[in-house]
Amino acid sequence: MIGLPAVQPAIPGTQPDFCFPPYVATIARSPRMPLIVLPETLTETTGPVFGHSLIIKSDNDLTMQQGGEALGERIFVHGRVLDEDGRAVRGALVEVWQANAAGRYRHKVDGYDAPIDPHFSGGGRLLTDEEGRYCFKTIKPGPYPWSNHHNAWRPAHIHFSLFGVGILSRLVTQMYFPADPLQPIDPIFNSIPDESARQRLVSRLDMEHSQSNYALAYEFDIVLRGSQETPFEAARRR
Amino acid sequence: MSFPRLIPTGSQTVGPYFRIGLEYLIGQEPANNSALDTIEIRGKVLDRDGAPVSDAMLEFWGGDLSGSDSGVTPDSSGHPIGFHRAATDDNGNFTLVLNEPLPTALGDGRLQAPHMLVLVFARGLLRHLITRVYFGGEPANADDPVLLEIPAERRHTLVARPDANNPRLFQWNVILQGENETVFFAW
Repeated sequence: MIGLPAVQPAIPGTQPDFCFPPYVATIARSPRMPLIVLPETLTETTGPVFGHSLIIKSDNDLTMQQGGEALGERIFVHGRVLDEDGRAVRGALVEVWQANAAGRYRHKVDGYDAPIDPHFSGGGRLLTDEEGRYCFKTIKPGPYPWSNHHNAWRPAHIHFSLFGVGILSRLVTQMYFPADPLQPIDPIFNSIPDESARQRLVSRLDMEHSQSNYALAYEFDIVLRGSQETPFEAARRR
Repeated sequence: MSFPRLIPTGSQTVGPYFRIGLEYLIGQEPANNSALDTIEIRGKVLDRDGAPVSDAMLEFWGGDLSGSDSGVTPDSSGHPIGFHRAATDDNGNFTLVLNEPLPTALGDGRLQAPHMLVLVFARGLLRHLITRVYFGGEPANADDPVLLEIPAERRHTLVARPDANNPRLFQWNVILQGENETVFFAW
């Protein structure tokens, strides 16, 4: 994809700082030298385009990937991927991963002794449609303990990875659930200083897209850096 | 321009469990229909204390854009040409094979030396870091407009070192903080 117009610097408070001491792992892993600001070159204005053959249809259904039904609260997670002008990002690769209903990741470094679900791997992916929409069927993940501080627990969340128009649109984030009492005491969630920016990581219960006797739905829209506006369109706005 | 823009969604760490969702693209070799030779980069990701970062993911972009806007489409498997995802092992080591990067045009007619853009994700990184890797022994490095923006004493952090016995094998470490901290960029 070509011709991503210049990206704007982040509005203060809407993105986390690299060093956020309440999240202890940031202390030894965040750079201390200032970032060097560069103009965009062809390397930065372009980005990878992912083909449909990378995805199989069932990759958006995390409840049936292991030859049986995963345990837990079945949910839909859906939304739109937009650029900064509110335009749909079509064909955006969206990758997700998460803990199971008991709060356990299917990963060798997860030492929490909650049960593994043999029918839940916790990974999925898709490409957004012509309106920038995505929809996954999954299991609501459980909260889980981590070693950041004494009695630390992560609020329930789903990890999201997104590619937009141009590599500078790349985003990795986490989606949270409404009314989770662990959010106010979670250092990762609270690393975003601005309250309204933080709350945009919280999905919305969406009864309209929930299915009676089947599954609740949560809506989570995602805004990627950059604009797909052409220079011609930009000139007409001035 | 003064029209309302949406505010980009906040970044959060990739965490230690990213392989669950992202492994399928790790270590994919470039499509073999390319006319370009391949090279290999091996390296480590290290923290402030020189400790290996065993849960980092690196994404490499660019290199074989062929100096134009062509070649950015996916191959038959759907994998984009010019994009590579690597992850560190228990000892903080990563390795990847890629098509030999070519010089890239700058808008003003100058050329950039062969390089890749590198995105660094890890537990403890609330946002990803962005750097570039260049290749030692490449004469064009001396005139590269981006390398020349960087204080001379830090430039070496972006240049992969060719192996003494194998000019197609390069060594390049990413140091997140401290002595020889890698240069990271912002746009």
